[in-house]
Amino acid sequence: MSDAVSDPSRSETLTTADGKPLKAALARAQARNRRRAFYLVLPLLLFVVVTFLIPIGQMLSMSVNNPAFYSWKDRDTGEKVPLMVDLRAWFDENPVGTEPDEAAYAALAAGLAHARETKSIGQIGTRINYEVSGTRSMFTKSARRAEKLEPPFKEALLDIDEDWADPRLWSAMRNASKSFTVDFYLAALDYTRDADGNVVKVEEERAVYILLFKRTLVLSAFITLLTLVLGFPIAHLLATLPLRHSNLLMIFVLLPFWTSLLVRTTSWIVLLQSQGVINDVWVATGLIGDENRLQMIYNQTGTVIAMTHILLPFMVLPLYSVMRPIDPSYVRAARSLGATSWTAFRRVYLPQTVPGIGAGGLLVFILAVGYYITPALVGGSSGQLISNLIAFHMQKSLNWSLAAALASLLLAGVLLLYWLYDRLVGIDNLKLG
Amino acid sequence: MTEPADPPFVEFDRVQKSYDGETLVVKDLNLQMPKGEFLTMLGPSGSGKTTCLMMLAGFETATHGDIRLDGKPINNIPPHKRGIGMVFQNYALFPHMTVAENLAFPLEVRGEAKTDREARVHTALEMVQMGDFGARRPAQLSGGQRQRVALARALVFEPELVLMDEPLGALDKQLREHMQFEIKHLHEKLGITVVYVTHDQTEALTMSDRVAVFNDGVIQQLAPPDELYERPQNSFVAGFIGENNRLEGKIEGIEADKAVVRLKTGELIDATPVNVTSVGQETLVSIRPERVEFKPENFDEGAHTIEAEVLEFIYMGDSFRTRLRVAGHDDFVMKSRNMLGQERLQPGRKLPISWHPQDARALDAM
Ligand SMILES: Nc1ncnc2c1ncn2[C@@H]1O[C@H](COP(=O)(O)OP(=O)(O)O)[C@@H](O)[C@H]1O
Ligand SMILES: [Mg+2]
Repeated sequence: MSDAVSDPSRSETLTTADGKPLKAALARAQARNRRRAFYLVLPLLLFVVVTFLIPIGQMLSMSVNNPAFYSWKDRDTGEKVPLMVDLRAWFDENPVGTEPDEAAYAALAAGLAHARETKSIGQIGTRINYEVSGTRSMFTKSARRAEKLEPPFKEALLDIDEDWADPRLWSAMRNASKSFTVDFYLAALDYTRDADGNVVKVEEERAVYILLFKRTLVLSAFITLLTLVLGFPIAHLLATLPLRHSNLLMIFVLLPFWTSLLVRTTSWIVLLQSQGVINDVWVATGLIGDENRLQMIYNQTGTVIAMTHILLPFMVLPLYSVMRPIDPSYVRAARSLGATSWTAFRRVYLPQTVPGIGAGGLLVFILAVGYYITPALVGGSSGQLISNLIAFHMQKSLNWSLAAALASLLLAGVLLLYWLYDRLVGIDNLKLG
Repeated sequence: MTEPADPPFVEFDRVQKSYDGETLVVKDLNLQMPKGEFLTMLGPSGSGKTTCLMMLAGFETATHGDIRLDGKPINNIPPHKRGIGMVFQNYALFPHMTVAENLAFPLEVRGEAKTDREARVHTALEMVQMGDFGARRPAQLSGGQRQRVALARALVFEPELVLMDEPLGALDKQLREHMQFEIKHLHEKLGITVVYVTHDQTEALTMSDRVAVFNDGVIQQLAPPDELYERPQNSFVAGFIGENNRLEGKIEGIEADKAVVRLKTGELIDATPVNVTSVGQETLVSIRPERVEFKPENFDEGAHTIEAEVLEFIYMGDSFRTRLRVAGHDDFVMKSRNMLGQERLQPGRKLPISWHPQDARALDAM
């Protein structure tokens, strides 16, 4: 052993018995442990990346980039074929708002002919149809005859369909040629572009997204509040009953987890519909007349009732896990110090359950904001939420970019909420189980 | 027992308590406390001490009987109107409030003005030497500091009666002894009445004016510490308080203040009769280790002696412990002071031992 080791005050850096710096040796020893820990989480990490992060990334990129108008992937060869090359070049040369001239129409005709050749015209038409509805057939119709067109192309195309002169159409094509666009976000917020490319509000009767965002937020907040009001006493009971009884009660709380979501939702239909069990009972007992049976399903009421029921356990469990360890002596202490039972509850018990309220509230709210199947089944038209619209764009209108934009906005909203919660309450003040 | 001249401040009158309707946790409790007394309830775990305290504080209702505070029955008064300060075993300091807020709580719920509140909180914290800790959270305090805060909180609204349920149970020995002293000191200074619960006999003996020894829901003996230690009334108290040697036997002869007991092995010893009355009765004789004599010059005149064999000698610093075989028992202990010239008995030695008849107490056979 060297002198430096036996007298640390004389040497600057401590060393191990064989003379290596102590810090380096420690780092190496810890690195080995860290590596081993990393290998253990590696499968999960890969899983999360493949099934979660990559899809979210794709969704985000799809919401700002839709190449359907200018790029085509050949089904047989798998090669990427550029589309509308001349037209894109014309858009690049001429500023926004330029009246399309003969050269533009020529480029369009060439592009249409090429699109028909590569069988990509359906994709192009669909893409433009997102923005100017009713144009899809125009594209297929014109493309069929594009090869035989003679100059002047402007007249020739207008001959096929007068709408080719529509400035909104040209504006849409210009936007669709860009490799980056915020137009889907505009659409998701009920904005669109006019012929000159200015951002304008869509007509009143076509504005649905803001309304749905608002409705989703309001209903989710209401459902969260309801689950809190209903769940708090249950959680308290669970936490204070002797274990023997509370276990039984816990089974009832967990029961919804063990039955299929579909079964639960459809049983609400059986209960709530106007010819359903509840209405029948009320009519039978004379509480309401046969002619004014209450409409409790296929509207917002149905959505709220069914979702509150389904999400209740997500509120009860975090509350329970926070309440269980709260010693009854706290409330007793408050009482012995002169507080009425209400004051003791409000000043001593309630503040200690805040982490549970926060966790449960956040959980229920986030789940409610993204809930899809229940509103779809029992919501009717007035009980639809934003996720139903996302699903519509994914499955029916096939406007995936708009769906992605809506979903991204929803994600941003949830993250914002999370951030707010962290600022107001502190995220370490969150207890989920 | 002598009746106190004033009406008692705290009174349990034939109180019974059952949680499940099948067993009595507290059986016929009668207890009277004058104002200003420091009374300790001492007993093994599960003997019903906490239950008594909870009934007094109002968190449990007596199944039968009356509890009176200052002459008035309190059975129907809710806990927050009883004005009783309470220190809980786990302190029960509110974790989401600072120390000062904890102390201000009882004043706040009484609607006291903010400035008065602050002054009183300050005084109370000073009283337990925690003046600088008002802004801390309970989680940032050590066990002893929490204990002080809990004490200050129970005292800040100036209750006349303070209940403490094993308040020092979670502290280490040194801190516990220090806090015992401080609590006792506060009791004297403030003139409050204290009901103190513990299962630690040393604590009970050092702090209390009177000690109530609990077992099985019954007060076995209620007496000042010295009387409890020197004159236990029954074999439970004798066994529970301090160390003691037990010898079983039958009463051979009995007078007013002296009984002769024949042990199972045939020897005769002297004892003071406590709760034995007649010849032939089974008895348990209790002798404190420090009252056993082995030097013939110290033997009481006319007292019986008994043969003993030294089994073990343990050096304990201030004293010696000698384990003896006496009358067939291998666990008879004799304690002697480590004085100049004190003899150290070697294992294997046989010698007669004796004691003053007053120091051996003939109790009921358990
Ligand atoms: N809330 C309760 N419900 C039922 N039994 C209880 C309750 N509290 C205490 N007991 C029972 O009463 C007996 C006395 O308890 P306790 O008063 O806490 O004793 P100690 O404080 O002397 O240890 C024990 O047997 C205990 O199990
Ligand atoms: Mg207890």
